Amino acid sequence: MNRKQKMRIFSISMMMIALGIAIGLVLFALKKNINLFYTPTQLIESHTTQKNIRIGGYVKKKSVHFDSSGESVNFIVTDYRNEIAVNYHGLLPNLFREGQGVVVTGKLIETLDATSREKRSAGMTALSATEVLAKHDERYIPATLEKELKKGSPHAR
Amino acid sequence: MWHWLKQNFLPVKFFYQTSTMLLPWLIFLFVILFSYGMIAGLFFAPADYQQGDGFRIMYVHVPSCFLAMGIYFVMAVSAFLTLVFRIKIAAICMSCSAPIGAWFTFLALVTGSIWGKPMWGTWWIWDARLTSVLILLFLYLGFIALQSVIYSTRARERAGALIALVGAINLPIIHYSVIWWNTLHQGPSISKFATPSIAPAMLYPLLAMIAAFFIFYFIILFIRMQNKILRAI
Repeated sequence: MNRKQKMRIFSISMMMIALGIAIGLVLFALKKNINLFYTPTQLIESHTTQKNIRIGGYVKKKSVHFDSSGESVNFIVTDYRNEIAVNYHGLLPNLFREGQGVVVTGKLIETLDATSREKRSAGMTALSATEVLAKHDERYIPATLEKELKKGSPHAR
Repeated sequence: MWHWLKQNFLPVKFFYQTSTMLLPWLIFLFVILFSYGMIAGLFFAPADYQQGDGFRIMYVHVPSCFLAMGIYFVMAVSAFLTLVFRIKIAAICMSCSAPIGAWFTFLALVTGSIWGKPMWGTWWIWDARLTSVLILLFLYLGFIALQSVIYSTRARERAGALIALVGAINLPIIHYSVIWWNTLHQGPSISKFATPSIAPAMLYPLLAMIAAFFIFYFIILFIRMQNKILRAI
């Protein structure tokens, strides 16, 4: 390598480092906007005044209740620390089931605590959903094997 | 050492001869891996416990995503070699890779979308992974557009190399998007260092498909590069 090539390597790496830092800072500053959803805990701790909101979490076990006509469904989204009740009127995706990850878009229905207006409490926050999306996890298991696993140990998962 | 390498392995003529010799072998390997991956993936791999047979689209989707990013990585390395060492063959490799990469990115987006509708419930969502891959597609298209408007070969190669290098920043963003931010797209299944979260019977066809897609890329790349070399003479 001659001097000219070393110079070029130096200037290119400087350019890449500067660009990397710039983009890193932009992405860090926009973190809140890039996140697709709030987890229940993030929502409760946040001071957002948005009415239309997207939350993500797991469908709490044994919390899914369809109404008598079967058109509307109530369930609870949990991140195993906080919970938010959801009401939804419409079609659910294939992967929707108890324990499944979901991303729910909807209107926030809440009664803010009269004494501390900026503090949310879990029991008073609910979502009237307009869209329910199922989140698939990264595990791929054969259907037959999954049945065996469940038979073997009911508390495996 | 460097001088020796440059003298013997980087001239265009050496590439032309070697690739002509390699091509039949690559095609042979591709046919074997691709037919194994296709047949085992579509017929013999067991259905998923949640998605049923719908998961089989991953045998096209995942290799396409690997290629979309892998080809851009090849372009970025070639861009570096073009800018620093002015290696002719690297510039040719860079400009011949771009359309292939663009098509595989497109394929990744389309197959993901087709899978997303029944599984997630939506064709498209502006989450970090999907958006960053869309940006990758625009980078490819931008590169191709830039290449086609500059007439002088030298200026075209250097401008293209610069865009390819700058765009390479997007690669780590795509890969870590599902870890850094909340997304609808799931986390990595096979590229994490711990044990993969896919059952072996489903994993082997997938690995074969990934290898087959990469070999396919090299076959097409070599043919395109040879054509470009012949046209330049």
